[in-house]
Amino acid sequence: MGHIGLLHFLTISCALFFIGVYGFLTRRNLITMLMSIELILNSVNLNFVAFNKFLFPHKLDGLFFTLFIITIAAAEAAVAIAIIINLYRNFRSIDVEDADNLKY
Amino acid sequence: MEMSDIIFYIIAFVIIAGGVLAVTSRKIFRSAVFLLISLLGIASLYFFIDFEFIAAVQIVVYVGGIVVLLIFSIFLTHGSGADMPRPAPLRMVFSLLSVALGYALAMLFIREEVFVPSTLPAASLEVSSIGAQMLSTTEHGFVLPFELVSMLLLASMIGCIVIAIKIKLPPHPIVNDADEDAADHSLNQPLQTN
Repeated sequence: MGHIGLLHFLTISCALFFIGVYGFLTRRNLITMLMSIELILNSVNLNFVAFNKFLFPHKLDGLFFTLFIITIAAAEAAVAIAIIINLYRNFRSIDVEDADNLKY
Repeated sequence: MEMSDIIFYIIAFVIIAGGVLAVTSRKIFRSAVFLLISLLGIASLYFFIDFEFIAAVQIVVYVGGIVVLLIFSIFLTHGSGADMPRPAPLRMVFSLLSVALGYALAMLFIREEVFVPSTLPAASLEVSSIGAQMLSTTEHGFVLPFELVSMLLLASMIGCIVIAIKIKLPPHPIVNDADEDAADHSLNQPLQTN
């Protein structure tokens, strides 16, 4: 596999994680914030798989963790989108700044 | 530089560029498509290190499920393809600063840590062995989390339906904006008199 090692994978997943954090901090739209969360979850998955591949190839634990994270991410995305659609019905907007009924 | 290295760097570029464009694009639909490209790049990285099953699951669940769900909800909530407002400059500067510092700190830790590559023989990555370990009840089996996740999926499916279902009550039609303002007013009234 050439010179590609664990460090390359960790660099990519680290960059992807912080790209997701940047999106989560700057976006004010619920759907795009959900996209940022998906990016963060994917960087974690990449980390698990890379550690499994390079440090513990005799086990499959990282693979199973990734499988379960993907499953839970799918459930989380479905629930989040149901909430977003309900919020849109009540406020006609999915901007986080518009849903401020509990603020005052 | 070998061929596999070049392929790796191309995939890495696609992932990072897709991620950056997904969080900075001002058209929400383009943002979803860039997210899709980034997720496909990650699936190809899984192919690159021979985790074919995870790569297939990634493509099926993320590209076929989550991104399609996101695009559906974009169509349901965004009538026109209007641009999203630009983030406040101050928030952008501080987010960039915190993200850059966080990345630098994490990379510092990663570079200082000494990782010892394993010399043990690799486990079989065939789907049959993955399935056997997932449903085994012995020491390294994953049958308990498997069952828990299936319960979670059922619960979240019912929860989604309950949250998103639209109940129409004939005598009390769904409140429109004017009624909502009136309700707000009547809610505020006792607070002011107290």
